[in-house]
Amino acid sequence: MTVADEAVRVPIEEDQDVVSARQQARALGEELGFGSTDLTLLATAISEVARNITAYAERGEIVLRVVHRAGRDGIEVVAHDEGPGITDVELALQDGYTTGNGLGLGLPGARRLVDEFDIRTAPDAGTTVTLVKWSR
Amino acid sequence: MAVPILKQGPFLIASIQSALTDTDVLRLQDDVMAQVGRFRSRGIVVDVTALDVMDSFVSRSLRGIAHMTRLRGAETVIVGISPEVAFAMVQLGMNFEDVHTALDLEEGLALLQATIGESD
Repeated sequence: MTVADEAVRVPIEEDQDVVSARQQARALGEELGFGSTDLTLLATAISEVARNITAYAERGEIVLRVVHRAGRDGIEVVAHDEGPGITDVELALQDGYTTGNGLGLGLPGARRLVDEFDIRTAPDAGTTVTLVKWSR
Repeated sequence: MAVPILKQGPFLIASIQSALTDTDVLRLQDDVMAQVGRFRSRGIVVDVTALDVMDSFVSRSLRGIAHMTRLRGAETVIVGISPEVAFAMVQLGMNFEDVHTALDLEEGLALLQATIGESD
């Protein structure tokens, strides 16, 4: 079975898009032979970062890509928005910290659900969160 | 997509049929609260078997249902959390300790019967 290494782009503007992004990632992971636990962990992480887009930036995009390294397949998720950005990233990565009305588990929780996590952001410069989940 | 809520004796059964958007989850909260008052229900089972994820928003909202219905004199039991979803919730850091859970609908109804002291 071959999997096209093309990017899947999911515009994120409303809450239906959050569901769509995680379902498309799940479909991609199923094609790659991810186990059901990993599929759920990835889908949950995507739900968190996608909701951050609708909650804080109004709109943005999630790009899903199949990546390969050392004979393993993975899914890379890039969640990008041009919203207000995050002033204090260290704080935003702490459990329980929120400037919205959530639980403050979104970013730190998403980080625990995936294998690789990177965030680039600055005030008024948008936010890009990159997640990677590798197949076992 | 709206979640159907069935009345069964003194209990309500909210059976989630598919992945839910945040709007659907908030509507479920409102609907359950309205039905508890309308039917004077003593307990609610929310079946989450069909949910693809229990992320922080869904978990918080279900916990909200449990707390709000308790204030109205009804106990809520969440049933059908799959092993994968349970694993993800723990990794995410969700605290669900103050919410009743049971394996499936049957166990959930049994728990409500026992909690509320209704017997045949």
